[in-house]
Amino acid sequence: MTDDVRVAIRTDADVVTARQEARTMATGLGFSSTDLTLLATAISEVARNITTYAGTGEVALRVVQENGRRGIEVVASDRGPGIANVELAMQDGYTTGNGLGLGLPGTRRLVDDFELQTEVGAGTTIRLVKWARA
Amino acid sequence: MAVPILKQGPFLIASIQAALTDTDVIRLQDDVMQQVGRFRSRGIIVDVTALDVMDSFVSRSLRGIAHMTRLRGAETVIVGIQPEVAFAMVQLGMNFEDVHTALDLEEGLAFLQLKLNRESDAGDG
Repeated sequence: MTDDVRVAIRTDADVVTARQEARTMATGLGFSSTDLTLLATAISEVARNITTYAGTGEVALRVVQENGRRGIEVVASDRGPGIANVELAMQDGYTTGNGLGLGLPGTRRLVDDFELQTEVGAGTTIRLVKWARA
Repeated sequence: MAVPILKQGPFLIASIQAALTDTDVIRLQDDVMQQVGRFRSRGIIVDVTALDVMDSFVSRSLRGIAHMTRLRGAETVIVGIQPEVAFAMVQLGMNFEDVHTALDLEEGLAFLQLKLNRESDAGDG
């Protein structure tokens, strides 16, 4: 079984590293090229949220198994400002940064599981899972 | 890594070679804008065949290049969006409707040439 991979997110180059690590890991699980791209794009979005809003953080990747299927779990965490209004942040087109407001709601559409935990002043953790199609 | 920009007649061709960091993307924007003025270019092709991911930042930046160059009188065509990347962009919710796209470099050049020919015909009439 593949070991966990943790990528520290400090600069925009780390965003690229995180999605490339995930691509390598998911290729080993037999992900289709479309699912690889969806996963890599989702990681790019959550990792960029870290550099944009929190400055630094981490993306942790690991292989998960459930009911005979395998997938990649992504946990993007930071100790940044947190998200004051999660309902708004999950709406298409809403942003407090200079983006298009597609990051979080868009990311949710790219993956199978999406969980967001956040506390103002304490940070944000986003957990994603993309399952390999049998 | 900087994106090489080649001048071909009235057109510029920016050929992305590898995954882009945000810094690379911003630099590409600046370089294209500068060269459009310097070479009085009428069209720009941005070839993204090598990109395995076009997330919201890259997509927004490429759209920005298209809008900014249009304000300078040059049309931008994005060529080579891979099928998986196109799929991901639609899922993500990226709106690329106001940006010209073409299948590959050849189609992109043909589009720009046709547009340039039409404009010069209109000028003669």
